[in-house]
Amino acid sequence: MSETLASAIREIAQACGNDRSRMMDIVEAVQAKFGCVSSEAMDLIAKQVSTHRVEVESVVSFYAFLSEQPKGKVVIRLCDDIIDEMKGSESVAEAFRQELGIDFGQTTPDGVITLEKTPCIGMCDQAPAALINNEVITYLSGDMAREIVRKLKKDPDPKKLIGRLGDGNNAHDLVRSMVHNNIRLAGEVVFSTMASGAGLKNALAMTPQEVIRDVKTARLRGRGGAGFPTGMKWDFTRQAPGDKKYVLCNADEGEPGTFKDRVILTEKADMMFEGMAVAGYAIGADTGVVYLRGEYAYLRALLEDALAKRRNAGLLGNDVMGKKGFRFDIRIQMGAGAYICGEETALISSCEGLRGDPKNRPPFPAQKGYLGCPTVVNNVETFCKVARILEHGPGWFAKMGSEGSSGTKLLSISGDCAKPGVYEVPFGIKVREVLDLCGAEDTAAVQVGGPSGQMIGMNQFGDPICYEHLATGGSVMVFNSSRDVLKIARKFMEFFVEESCGFCTPCRVGNVLLKEKLDDIINGKGAAGDLDYLESLGATVKAASRCGLGQTSPNPIVTTIKNFRSAYEAKIKAPAEEGLQPTFDIHAALSTAESIAGRKSVHT
Amino acid sequence: MAKPKVATTSLAGCFGCHMSLLDIDERILKLVELVDFDKSPVDDIKEFTGRCAVGLIEGGCANEENVRVLQDFRRHCDVLISVGDCAINGGIPAMRNGIALMECLQEAYSTDHRLGPKVHNPDNVIPNDPELPLLLDKVYPCHEVVKIDYHLPGCPPPADTLWEALVALLSDKPVALPYELIKYD
Amino acid sequence: MSNTITFTIDGVEVTGQSGQTIMEAADAAGIYIPRLCALEELAPHGSCRVCTVMVNGRPQAACTQPIAEGMVVENETEQLLAIRRDIIDMLFVEGNHFCMFCEKSGNCELQALAYRFGIAAPRFPYLFPKRDIDATHPDIFIDRNRCILCGRCVRASRDIDGKNVFEFVGRGFDKRVAVNAEANLADTDAAVTDEAVNVCPTGALLKKRVGYAIPVGQRKYDHKPIGSDIEKK
Repeated sequence: MSETLASAIREIAQACGNDRSRMMDIVEAVQAKFGCVSSEAMDLIAKQVSTHRVEVESVVSFYAFLSEQPKGKVVIRLCDDIIDEMKGSESVAEAFRQELGIDFGQTTPDGVITLEKTPCIGMCDQAPAALINNEVITYLSGDMAREIVRKLKKDPDPKKLIGRLGDGNNAHDLVRSMVHNNIRLAGEVVFSTMASGAGLKNALAMTPQEVIRDVKTARLRGRGGAGFPTGMKWDFTRQAPGDKKYVLCNADEGEPGTFKDRVILTEKADMMFEGMAVAGYAIGADTGVVYLRGEYAYLRALLEDALAKRRNAGLLGNDVMGKKGFRFDIRIQMGAGAYICGEETALISSCEGLRGDPKNRPPFPAQKGYLGCPTVVNNVETFCKVARILEHGPGWFAKMGSEGSSGTKLLSISGDCAKPGVYEVPFGIKVREVLDLCGAEDTAAVQVGGPSGQMIGMNQFGDPICYEHLATGGSVMVFNSSRDVLKIARKFMEFFVEESCGFCTPCRVGNVLLKEKLDDIINGKGAAGDLDYLESLGATVKAASRCGLGQTSPNPIVTTIKNFRSAYEAKIKAPAEEGLQPTFDIHAALSTAESIAGRKSVHT
Repeated sequence: MAKPKVATTSLAGCFGCHMSLLDIDERILKLVELVDFDKSPVDDIKEFTGRCAVGLIEGGCANEENVRVLQDFRRHCDVLISVGDCAINGGIPAMRNGIALMECLQEAYSTDHRLGPKVHNPDNVIPNDPELPLLLDKVYPCHEVVKIDYHLPGCPPPADTLWEALVALLSDKPVALPYELIKYD
Repeated sequence: MSNTITFTIDGVEVTGQSGQTIMEAADAAGIYIPRLCALEELAPHGSCRVCTVMVNGRPQAACTQPIAEGMVVENETEQLLAIRRDIIDMLFVEGNHFCMFCEKSGNCELQALAYRFGIAAPRFPYLFPKRDIDATHPDIFIDRNRCILCGRCVRASRDIDGKNVFEFVGRGFDKRVAVNAEANLADTDAAVTDEAVNVCPTGALLKKRVGYAIPVGQRKYDHKPIGSDIEKK
């Protein structure tokens, strides 16, 4: 075994050029082959790439899809977000537990199947869903879960679980998944036909500066959520000193409730690659990297195929489209289950083979990004927009949308609505119009922008979705009047606690404290003053955290207090001035001692 | 006019904070001019005789009796002060907080040498007389059990800290301690 | 060639050199900005966030933010003091800080900051995590109950000692400092002469057999608040 491990690791590391910065590829390959990155494996990897063992452990321990402890040949990861919960994931969970005879976080005694929960896997439009190894199983039910376990017990090959295939490229031989695109509204930018090379050809006919000028004229802003002007970012990177520059594509779509990039990657990857090539030309980069979230590994072969086709067509490689001296190629970097890696500097860290810790800014990626070189990081959708802007001109694009938010936006709509799925709408669309489009009824609350965005109530349904009012990277979750906003907020806080990288104090500790207090309130242990406590603590976390995660993670609480204050107030009792603190539960505190002593407390 | 009353107690503490109170030396004479002591180990009054202006709590809550006494103090005192680190954060007794209760008891009483130190306990019993108060799952800081108005840290708080705070409270002045009187050791 | 940069901290004009951080320039000007992870001899880390200041109205870490001409920095505002106090409180409740028997008491920077802020008790509930102690090494021990994840030992070992004995593992609330061995410090090449052993702001990483050497009353922060040395300049 040891000999096998040693030779396998040697091979894996050599295939990555024994390059420490390719650590993600190395540990992912070891994990895939051996079901874990064992202590012994860490030593071997460290030797092979000339680093320290603890550096390997540091990486392995960071990502949810990597583990030092052995996992089963089959890992079932049930999606554990609020939408899946609303669609019945608890009964699916119960079925898995019963049928496997193990709890979440455990592996069957024969070592074959591991059961886990995982945050949003980008399938809210077909929830409940689970990842079984790299296969996606959608529209789950308790019966299906039992059936799945029975099949896996007979044949632990998750590929054989896929019967009915999804639409479009989901049915492609290289994908063969049961995922559905659910494109409900095809707009004219992303979801219309574009010939390969149509945008790039126009770009290459211009100078790089002119390309950037066009992107600026189109007033394109980043589609990941933050909304930074794309042209300006490119300009900074172009002007930054350095021979080597990089274009990174953020395909680490992890904001709960977002799945529009999944659909782009399935149907419009070529358009995205084209946008990356345009960016490469504009900033003077010869390498692009797509950071693909581990949850979307099932799309990797399709993406590699699309890249190969572009290479064959002369759209990637040397002298792209005959443009002398313009060399550009793209590789795919797999993530391994860490929401934080959607933050651009954490994404860069991960690409460099490090823990997904965000970096200090300044320097910004435009000055010092991937491997210390000037780097542009843009979202999947942003690159698609770039390709179309170059194809049709900035005026065409800027005409769409609103003044400060030009163009269209892909929304991922899920929750209490008849038609969950992806909608390409012009910026400026009102929430109410969106709700009408997706067939939402009796809507009481809408989470715009995912957990890091805001939870709005009916009085804001007339507000437009755009950068200036309700910003979103795409997530729109719809909740009807039967839902409990406090429990939704708690689910989101659990998510942030789980996904905080732990680098800075306010995010690492503050989110735990926020969640605990919210738990108290939900459990009827709230006290007067708790809302002030939550608001002031939330303000500290937002102001003092180092990156966007902590700067927005209190939002589930802060925005529900703002917009649904009465829901909190209904839960909070009057203070018991002379009695016990509401958070102190004497019965719970004594129950262990009572059972050990075999007698009841005289106190209670 | 009757003098205001002060009550004190030691919960899961070591009486060190009470010793520190006695360390105010001759000022204790001034103190008894200012106040009467009610329920306190200092005068051995077991039950409250009436309403008190100030209650001084030493120690955190480790068992049900501690909780009962602390509640009693809250009911009878206008101002309740956590005195010392144990009252404020559980202190040394709270070192058991990361460990399951049964494990703690075994560590203390088991004659199995692998589990704990050797005690003369031939029948290998964990004491369980009905008179013994049941232990809480962990040691709680006092302010997590009842509302506490002031905290005077230290192990023990310096005598001067106790003096300054008491005098300020009894003369209706804000408790504002100088740098050298806030210490955690 | 270094250029002189002029900016203000709480309305006071400060001059610094281009390339300096706000903290460096403030130190030189005798203005103390509270900090825990920052240490002059180590590269800035930006993790504790105690040095959060407002720069032109936006929160930034003074230890990583470079100075710029005309920059308006706020340091001692009510809002910032509240934020810093919250962060100090967080660090106390996140770990198990038993000052009463800690070898570092009186010389501990976390404790000293709490003293400086006049904190009698944290406003957050104690989390009482289960953390471990590594006393395997003959001359050094790690008490993770006291670790505040500032990364000073990580940086010192890597950048000064050239050893990489320490590194962060895990994430979020489970993040901790691990050693470059399967489990124990004894199995690393850590030595008592390492600079890493000298930089811990708390009692998480200490030399054995030298605790409590300085009598109470003569320790670093017994009489003067942390930062006094900078403010005196």
